[in-house]
Amino acid sequence: MAEKRIVLGNCGIVDPQDIGSYLKAGGFKAYEKARRMKPKAIVEEVKKSGLTGRGGAGFSCGLKWEMALNAKGGQKYLICNADEGEVGAFKDKYILSRDPFGLIEGMLIAGMAIGARLAYIYLRNEYHSLNSLLVSAIEQARAKGYLKETDIQVFEGAGAYVCGEESALMNSIEGQRGESRYKPPYPAYRGLWDMPTIINNVETLMNIPHIINKGSGWFSAMGKGRSKGSKVFSVSGDVSRPGVYELEMGSLLKELVVDLAGAAEIKAVQIGGATGNIIPGYMTDTPLSHETFLGSGAVVVFNSTRDIIDIVYSDMRFLNEESCGKCTPCREGTEVMLEILGRLRQGDGHERDINSLEELARVMAAASLCGLGQAAAVPVLDSLRYFYNEYIDRIGQSHFLRSYLGGEMAELKEGIR
Amino acid sequence: MSDKKKTTTGAEPAAGLLPGLKSEVGRKGYISGETMAAVAGQAGLPLNSVYGVASFYAYLPVSPVGKNVIKVCNCLPCDMKDVPAVVDGIRREIAIGPGQTTPDGKFTLELVSCIGACDQAPAMMINDKLYGDLTAEKIAGILKSY
Repeated sequence: MAEKRIVLGNCGIVDPQDIGSYLKAGGFKAYEKARRMKPKAIVEEVKKSGLTGRGGAGFSCGLKWEMALNAKGGQKYLICNADEGEVGAFKDKYILSRDPFGLIEGMLIAGMAIGARLAYIYLRNEYHSLNSLLVSAIEQARAKGYLKETDIQVFEGAGAYVCGEESALMNSIEGQRGESRYKPPYPAYRGLWDMPTIINNVETLMNIPHIINKGSGWFSAMGKGRSKGSKVFSVSGDVSRPGVYELEMGSLLKELVVDLAGAAEIKAVQIGGATGNIIPGYMTDTPLSHETFLGSGAVVVFNSTRDIIDIVYSDMRFLNEESCGKCTPCREGTEVMLEILGRLRQGDGHERDINSLEELARVMAAASLCGLGQAAAVPVLDSLRYFYNEYIDRIGQSHFLRSYLGGEMAELKEGIR
Repeated sequence: MSDKKKTTTGAEPAAGLLPGLKSEVGRKGYISGETMAAVAGQAGLPLNSVYGVASFYAYLPVSPVGKNVIKVCNCLPCDMKDVPAVVDGIRREIAIGPGQTTPDGKFTLELVSCIGACDQAPAMMINDKLYGDLTAEKIAGILKSY
């Protein structure tokens, strides 16, 4: 299947430094149209479209907006989450660098819908080079008079993956450690500075002008089940054409990784970054949607030369480093899992390690404060499900190594029995 | 239940802390104890709040770093394209490993979390500039340009 470029429609077409080229391409028509609509009507249209959050959680965008619209608070805020820190994710960078005006238009419509006078683009520190481009785009939009209802400011992070989690992100803007908050209250009721706040991913907001221009029916006709519209993916790893691709929701994984990105001899694919599902190569007929696998759209492909335990270890090293440390299951769980996976990797594993990993995974999923800890064990559990033999092999090798290196013969016998 | 104490709008003492600390890093490369004390005094915050924030974020160093900070991405897609070879390539040129600074204070080398250049793996940043598809020869040329 060919690409379906909606969100990316203007990328490479308009000049990201010149609002004139965006206007020529039909830019800000949706903004003008939305200005003639009541906030409630905008929210209704987005709700009917079935647009869901593109950052990974997949919550209904319209429902979230409705909460904020109806929430009581002196000041309401909109935040565009451009803290794209997920391992393997670079789609938002692609969008921000090529179509900043599309994002601004989406943000202005969102601002009108929920009644936000001030909106932030929370830009990750690593994308500092895009800061001036975004500021210039905002200033050009201001000069054209588009920022009357909602002002937009760029707020730059300082290097913390967890700040992509919405409550940690708000703490970061408030000048605090980027630690997650307890929920509820949800940000739509009490968010930034305890005011009603909507946090949307870059890609989610990019869809808004299209929905307003072409209508919710046009949008909801695309996709499958409750996954409507298109999805932008960033593909890397063992592929000949790594890059950013947009497909209709429900497209098959093989259309993305084989047809578009050029993967061959696929052993496994990880979908959704370091906390994403790892699925084996024979499952590439799976459709990509909220109901199956999607996450933020970060896709990493592994060919037959790759070692699954190495992959899971690398994921865990990242999550352990980036855990904010506030809640115990995540802080300590990622630490212990890293220790176990590290031993397995180096050929010092035991049968009991598998039980420990599974037990830890249950506690972390149930008791962690935010998505980082809750999902940290997903790749571990998936690798145990689909590549169990690799763990068993590694444990067998570990026994051999220990005995060969002189000692623990008893344990080898235990292992054989 | 909320774990936040206050419910005012925009007037919290910590507002503006992050941009302030970031611009200090832009000026001096790191945030010294004196700076933290001064910032804390001005904002009416305890020193440990400022230290707590500064030490939380990867790009707010609280001890001196080299003039140019080399950040080699150490996450999965880059790791698959041989990060140790990149680190060795840098070591050959400027004789430092991760976490070290050259004696002349010109470079600091760090291993960092995903920098969003997975399509150009292996990749690194020097200060705010991105370098992708690294090879040993490329690394030598890049470092010489600093």
